[in-house]
Amino acid sequence: MSELVLLKHITHPDSTDIEYYEKNGGYQGLRQVLSDYSPDQVIETIKTSSLRGRGGAGFPTGLKWSFVPKDDGKIHYLCCNADEGEPGTFKDRLLMERDPHRVIEGMIIAAYAIQSQVAYIYIRGEYGLSIEQISQAIKAAYARGYLGKNISGSSFCLDIYIHKGAGAYICGEETALLESIEGKRGQPKLKPPFPAVSGLYGCPTVVNNVETLACVAHIFARGVDWFTAIGPEDAPGPRLFGLSGRLQNPGIYELPMGLSLRELVFDYGGGPLTGQFKAVIPGGLSAPMIPLAGLDVKMNFADLAAADSMMGSAAVIALDETTSIPTVGRRIAEFFSHESCGKCAPCREGLHWASKILNRIESGQGRPGDLEQLQVICGGVFNNSFCALGVGASWALRATLKHFSHEYDALITQQTIPIRDRTRP
Amino acid sequence: MTAEYSKQNIIAELTAPIAEITKCYPTQRSAIMPALYLAQDTYGFLDEIAYLAISEILDVPEIWVFELASFYTLYKNKNMGKCHLQICTNVPCMLRGAYDMLEHLQTRLGINKGETSKDGLFTLSTVECIGSCDVAPAMMVNETYHTKLSKQSIDQLLDQLTQAETESLATDILSLTQNKSSENNKPLANKQPLTKSEPTTGQES
Repeated sequence: MSELVLLKHITHPDSTDIEYYEKNGGYQGLRQVLSDYSPDQVIETIKTSSLRGRGGAGFPTGLKWSFVPKDDGKIHYLCCNADEGEPGTFKDRLLMERDPHRVIEGMIIAAYAIQSQVAYIYIRGEYGLSIEQISQAIKAAYARGYLGKNISGSSFCLDIYIHKGAGAYICGEETALLESIEGKRGQPKLKPPFPAVSGLYGCPTVVNNVETLACVAHIFARGVDWFTAIGPEDAPGPRLFGLSGRLQNPGIYELPMGLSLRELVFDYGGGPLTGQFKAVIPGGLSAPMIPLAGLDVKMNFADLAAADSMMGSAAVIALDETTSIPTVGRRIAEFFSHESCGKCAPCREGLHWASKILNRIESGQGRPGDLEQLQVICGGVFNNSFCALGVGASWALRATLKHFSHEYDALITQQTIPIRDRTRP
Repeated sequence: MTAEYSKQNIIAELTAPIAEITKCYPTQRSAIMPALYLAQDTYGFLDEIAYLAISEILDVPEIWVFELASFYTLYKNKNMGKCHLQICTNVPCMLRGAYDMLEHLQTRLGINKGETSKDGLFTLSTVECIGSCDVAPAMMVNETYHTKLSKQSIDQLLDQLTQAETESLATDILSLTQNKSSENNKPLANKQPLTKSEPTTGQES
């Protein structure tokens, strides 16, 4: 990609100012939408762009919007999911801190498309500076007539409020996020009904990720053809890849999807810090790791799925030969156990159980049969969780067991303590 | 705060700002989370007295308040040290030495994670991913991010904060740990194919 788009203005010192934003084409897309497009035409445009969600699931954005009933007489809500918490992911924070008006403009366009007059942006509580920048951007947008009554002289009205999260990873799950805005514990709800039909306060609701909404703003500023010309046909547009872990050049990289994981970690990431890569996690901690031999996989939804992993939030975490996989496995189990909302037993109990076994193995108390037991817990317990949290944990953990069982075995067979005969009571 | 800490005083002090908050939502219940933040920011912690005050102000059952305060980890139910050190130990930070940094912090401060130093200056916690994975290992001190931690940079930071305290510069601690002085005002070189690139998110003061 020759030109940066999502990151174009990030380094400019005035990038958060509304004057700078407007001077560089900001809010022109919105004005055009409000004067020339019907809400349905906006939805059609986003459908044509083939934009897919940047939060994790990769659901087609236009399709999601189109599920919202029309003229049903109900209030509609738009929610921006800025509860970025997937370990390895730090792109939304950057967009909010350095290009907040893009997110606001995307929200206004999306709200217009689904005819929502109230929108919430749910920002995780740790992101103090993001909250500050978005809050100032909202104020500036009101002052310029992009929010409030009769936006830019149209009949469209919209208010945006910030809802500050309070430290719960699970609130990134859309139904949990909506529960949280309603003032409840962030515990996922059964779908269907999907939020588009019955979401916030029982009303039709769309939840979109920060980067997704930034893309919406860019699409109306630059046109659908520009967007679809970037990257693969089924997953076009620029994407922010966050590189971290044991590689030379960690950071955010704006690239089209479809390049190989190898290119990403070598050509951009600069290769391993020490020796050789052992494996790479391609899409945030819930995405199953891909061992060195599989690095030629293309970074798009279908190829990663075929490689038993997922695109997720495009957070690439590299593990090199200094990395102990059982330690990573233990940390994965601990993280998801800590973040389990406690609603369903498979996730709440299963992850706690697995994390105890993994801690034991790591501290030299492993026993024969532990790995088999872990397989059973992964596959038969938290894999059956109510929402995707336990399922993601199960996938991630099972990949460590599948590709690196020898590392676990080595830890267990090296034990010097007597191994109890587990077949006896 | 000069007034005595009591339910009546909390109600007197927070009723007006909480009424402002409720305008953002169609239900009173939605205002509980922001009201909890408001009470915590005002008094430094949350307890049963605050829960009861909020439930009365919003006219909601007390359990609705308590169930949120106990579910969400950013609500603190005890008095924290003036500086709350939260070091991330999730995988990206772990891969860059976060556990060594945690050990160093524990040794330097003479406390374990989850504890507060005797002088009440530091509380040490571990935290899950705070979105600074490219400049790991990372830690938050109140609202400020500190990144690319080393034993040396931790020593410097602790010295600085301790000095501000011994010289009773309460405002200094505040200014050292507010989000505005945070990192990331100069982030991001996006890299083009095959070019060597600078590490991205910048380091803060």
